[in-house]
Amino acid sequence: MLHIINKSPLERNSLDACLRVASEGSILLIEDAVYAATRGHAGASKIEEAAGRLKIYALLPDLEARGVSDRVLDKIETVDYGGFVDLVAAHPNCQSWL
Amino acid sequence: MSDAGTIKKFMFVNRKAPYGTIYALESLEVVLITAAFDQDVSVVFLDDGVYQLKRGQQTKGIENKNFSPTYRALEGYDVEKLYVERESLEARALTEDDLLVPVTVLSREEMGALMETQDVVLSF
Repeated sequence: MLHIINKSPLERNSLDACLRVASEGSILLIEDAVYAATRGHAGASKIEEAAGRLKIYALLPDLEARGVSDRVLDKIETVDYGGFVDLVAAHPNCQSWL
Repeated sequence: MSDAGTIKKFMFVNRKAPYGTIYALESLEVVLITAAFDQDVSVVFLDDGVYQLKRGQQTKGIENKNFSPTYRALEGYDVEKLYVERESLEARALTEDDLLVPVTVLSREEMGALMETQDVVLSF
């Protein structure tokens, strides 16, 4: 399954809720959720721990808009909008953690 | 109006990241309007609001207006009191050098005390 998160982890608990139940597959961080992908962020350790069992992606245009594309955690792969579509197509189903 | 010419202390409290919601841009517009009425304006950045001031925002990819240069223009409207909470920066691994304008960094306690001195507090 592809899990899509779009809320900042320091403002909402969407990321925590997802990590609590997601056991395998991928997570795509978009919009304000991309802050979770940045080095030194208070939520970074959770992401690094989850990267052991899930593949984690972040949307590059959203990282760039927020001025944080130069500080993405090593374990996270960035994708563009085309990559977003490929991820949706490559997984049997999606869950958006609104 | 009987109290025409009265200057009040207005504080704008920004707690949202830019782009994900409209709050940051709306706040900026109201700050500029308030400044146009010659009021005493303080702009505060707390929690995810500190991300509004992050350097290097490039919004071409998301096809949104990059309004971050406007924070640099605030000085021209005599809005010079910008305050950022230290604990909010630290939780996001940001330092003053990451910000696109000069700000005054305050502790949580100092921020609370500053709020107490205001006539009007508007939250975004």
